[in-house]
Amino acid sequence: MTTFLAFIKKEFKHIFRDRRTLLILFGMPVIQVLLFGFAITTEIKDGKMAVLDLAKNTVSQQYISKITSSGYFILQENLENYGQIEKSFRKGTIKIALVIPAGFARDLGTKKSSVVQVIADASDPNMANMLTGYLSGITNSFAIENGLIQKIPITIKSKMLYNPENKSVFMFVPGVMTIILMLVSAMMTSITVAREKEIGTMEILLVSPLKPGIIIIGKVLPYLVLSFFNAFTILTLGFLVFGMPMEGSRILLFLEILLFIISSLSLGILISTAAQTQQTAMMISLMGLMLPTILLSGFIFPIESMPEILQILSNVIPAKWFIIIIKSIMLKGVGIEVIWKETVILIGTSLFFIVMSIKKFKTRLE
Amino acid sequence: MSNKVIEVENLTRAFGQFKAVDNITFDVKRGEIFGFLGANGAGKTTAMKMLTGILEPTSGSGKVAGFDIKTQRNKLKYKIGYMSQKFSLYEDLTLKENIRFYGGIYGLRRKEIVERTEKMVERLGLGNIENTLIAEIPLGWKQKIAFSVATLHKPDIVFLDEPTSGVDPITRRQFWDLIYQAAEEGITVFVTTHYMDEAEYCDRISMMVRGKIEAMGTLDELLTKHDAKDMDEVFLKLAR
Repeated sequence: MTTFLAFIKKEFKHIFRDRRTLLILFGMPVIQVLLFGFAITTEIKDGKMAVLDLAKNTVSQQYISKITSSGYFILQENLENYGQIEKSFRKGTIKIALVIPAGFARDLGTKKSSVVQVIADASDPNMANMLTGYLSGITNSFAIENGLIQKIPITIKSKMLYNPENKSVFMFVPGVMTIILMLVSAMMTSITVAREKEIGTMEILLVSPLKPGIIIIGKVLPYLVLSFFNAFTILTLGFLVFGMPMEGSRILLFLEILLFIISSLSLGILISTAAQTQQTAMMISLMGLMLPTILLSGFIFPIESMPEILQILSNVIPAKWFIIIIKSIMLKGVGIEVIWKETVILIGTSLFFIVMSIKKFKTRLE
Repeated sequence: MSNKVIEVENLTRAFGQFKAVDNITFDVKRGEIFGFLGANGAGKTTAMKMLTGILEPTSGSGKVAGFDIKTQRNKLKYKIGYMSQKFSLYEDLTLKENIRFYGGIYGLRRKEIVERTEKMVERLGLGNIENTLIAEIPLGWKQKIAFSVATLHKPDIVFLDEPTSGVDPITRRQFWDLIYQAAEEGITVFVTTHYMDEAEYCDRISMMVRGKIEAMGTLDELLTKHDAKDMDEVFLKLAR
């Protein structure tokens, strides 16, 4: 036990004396959450718009003010003729243009329908899609409010379940937490083991009475503690700054986080058995772990819209299952009876990695 | 306990077809300074790894400090010290912390560690650098400290893997003084080196060439037997 304590003490000293490690451990989670939370949102506000109002009457004015008061659009320019539209797009001052035809008000109330034209800058296809979507929504409700449409045979009343305001931050907090836990657990442990090999102290440890199991646990335990600290920081930020809900059981969430950390730590040990230097360990972790995790976990790109082969591939990414689990617990408030399948998969992968890494760690010695 | 600290018989380690250590047999007496000489890649490090219990022999048998190197590795490890070719202290820990750590993993009590640290600081004339980070201590000192740390738990035998490579002649000489001191205290020293002139510091020498022990004995014995004026010549004759 004293040997173990001596080892743990030493590991913590390594961590707290290295500025780079500290920065990754404590700076990055906060920066990432804030960055993803504030800067990268999928909802668009204040889309810059130009209007070419050829009708110039009260109804068209009402229509325009309805659009600008929605919060989604800012009226950047009032245009005089068609030629100016393209000019403004080229200058990049606007993202979308609206053309109200000369007959706009006159045609209202008759059987003839009015056509307004919307032109969007599709060099950013996502934004173009969303802005035209918003605009047609506003146009419809304007038409209904003014009695222009008597009755629409079918209306859709949509309700955004579990995330009523459709906030993208609810997606990013679990995602960032997953990435950070993966990074801290897998990358940092693989680097610290590789570091001992690089400076030659690993040999000394192996010759010493320390058992390989103790060396592994001693390496892993400090990062387990720190990963928990990180998870806590990220969740707290999520609650306080972004108003993340916490519907489900905290204990279940805690256990699932523990499970994911263990699976990442064992992955880190597995990497360290293959890497002789810190650089290799870092490269393997970043390219082999981080990239697939970010791309295939469903964190940023929805898995449903991936090609089939990538969808199948995404199943081997533990992060995918973990993201499903935390979202289910935090947003939907479900219990283990719903997410047991994902949990079993995580347990399975953890066991697989642990067995593999112990096996490889031993064979390296022989 | 027998007078022999290391007894090795027909020890072999193969990596695939290649035999890094090929059927070596030798023994080392208690308190002896045993020089394990050979060119780079002759199999010295592989042999040493088997003796310290971190590498399993392909065939043959061996006992170190009375324990079998195949079956009693865990007990064996308390009885040996080891200093690797690479530098073996943690740069980001202070001298004191390094000593505490190595003392700790060998199961020494805090009191013992404090006592031995004091003795060591006194012997090496380290003065008040106990709380200095190893990174800030000059290389020559570090080497000596590493040796003292390797013998902190008073092992029966200490294995030194090329301890003097890349060290200036004066520090090398001082380092050998430390080795003599340890030998006087009854610690057997097993040292590998590829500096042939260091052979004269050893009580007995073995010369390894391509995995085999080609010659063994005291310096004088080897010189007479091979009709040479120094170890360089012996080595060249054997390696041919």
